[in-house]
Amino acid sequence: MTLYGYRIPSMAALLVWAVIWEIIGRFELVMLFPPFTKVLAALGDVISTPSFAAAARITMFSYLAGLAIAVVFGIALGMLMGLVKPADRLLNMWVNIFLSAPLSALVPVIMILLGMGTPTVIATVFMFAVWIIALDTRAGVQHVSPSLMEMSQSFGASRFKRLNMILLAALPEILAGVRLGVIRGVKGVVIGQLLVSIIGVGALFNLYSQNFLMAHFWALILILFAFALSLAALVGRLETRVEYYAGSRG
Amino acid sequence: MTMAKPLVAETAVRAEDSDAVITVRGLHKVYGNSTVALDNIDLSFMRGHLTSLLGPSGCGKTTLLKIIAGLLKPTSGEVLVNGKPVRGPGPERAFVFQDFALMPWATVLRNAAFGLEVRGAPKAEREDRARHYINEVGLAGFEDKYPHELSGGMRQRVGLARALAVDADVLLMDEPFSAVDEQTRRKFQEDLIRLREVENKTFILVTHSIEEAVYLSDRIVLLSPRPGRVADIMEPDIDRNVDPDLIRREPAYLDLIDDIWRGLRHYVE
Repeated sequence: MTLYGYRIPSMAALLVWAVIWEIIGRFELVMLFPPFTKVLAALGDVISTPSFAAAARITMFSYLAGLAIAVVFGIALGMLMGLVKPADRLLNMWVNIFLSAPLSALVPVIMILLGMGTPTVIATVFMFAVWIIALDTRAGVQHVSPSLMEMSQSFGASRFKRLNMILLAALPEILAGVRLGVIRGVKGVVIGQLLVSIIGVGALFNLYSQNFLMAHFWALILILFAFALSLAALVGRLETRVEYYAGSRG
Repeated sequence: MTMAKPLVAETAVRAEDSDAVITVRGLHKVYGNSTVALDNIDLSFMRGHLTSLLGPSGCGKTTLLKIIAGLLKPTSGEVLVNGKPVRGPGPERAFVFQDFALMPWATVLRNAAFGLEVRGAPKAEREDRARHYINEVGLAGFEDKYPHELSGGMRQRVGLARALAVDADVLLMDEPFSAVDEQTRRKFQEDLIRLREVENKTFILVTHSIEEAVYLSDRIVLLSPRPGRVADIMEPDIDRNVDPDLIRREPAYLDLIDDIWRGLRHYVE
């Protein structure tokens, strides 16, 4: 965006919202919103507490574990659906249902199955992230150029080699799915921990809201937003490195 | 300069001819229940010759080429390569694809060496051979580029280098020049004539361009559409050891193009 000939970075919009937030906070218009500057001050406070370090560690662990399982399982499931017609007919509807279902409602069920601990959170992250990865992988595999497969066949490539080629050819779509999975996974870890509410960030949220530490509460949300966005940006950068050949396919 | 000698299809079949690399016998291909793509095709392809399969779209020429390649199964009939029936793709045949079929994630060098890579050739050896053929097709200096950095014509040169590198007896080319622009195509055709002098290989070329078929081929197989049958076989008598531009002005070249067009016209109308 340009304004009076100056280029304005897209992040500038955030500044406007921060100013509005600050004004609302200063005039105490809405009790839930302390001034933005106070939230920023609380940021340091939150990060330096030992309970935050512990919460961050356990959150990070459940998030990465859930995401790793989701990536492996999602890609495998997507490959299966993309390559085996009967499997696709059997699974496609279910995967789509899970993709759009309100998964938060399932967390209590998972809690009954896996207990009030980290496994439940890991399972929640998995459930949030896996379906989009599977569907994008499926789409990628189905769009692999048929002549590329004929090529590998005509030169006598082994089954394993051909599977490997399919994976590489579908990589742009797979990474797009992983990026979306990364973002959904953050939702999963927060919702999981909030519902379990005695571990990780969820416990902190409970602590802050029950003691009405709204500045701390918002500071924690900011941290989580920043975390999700920077992870997505990281995968996005990986994507642009692969993207260079996506356009030249087919 | 003699005129082309049109032969009747049936008499042209010399299946037992020892000089035939590929023999096609009684080939039928039916898609679904009713669409007859190929109907009773008998052909043999001589070693060292370039044969074009020419015909309007829907005449089954690509189907025939893919059956010879072992990528498609015929409904009935058989294909013999060096006297042995074909069960699938084999090392004595290499395919050049209409849309190049390059791996976008691999460099020119790796793409050209692909056939050798899947055959388990050691890295140094296969890269040596790939380099040689990249040079041969005029792409020296582009070894480390990726396909998306090349023009269409250059991509097809990579496809050709890949097919040459495996040292097959027969090169099967499926409309190899149809996806490149006219100027590039002409240059490519001239290079192919030169390449044939160096590489003693048999070429089978599918094309829908009459000019291309006449310009390049020792033999032209005309296929008629729906059902695909051999309509005619011609052997252009054109001296290709002259300046490439002169070929395009030879009366024999121009007359044969007219002849073929007259033969094909009614399929299009």
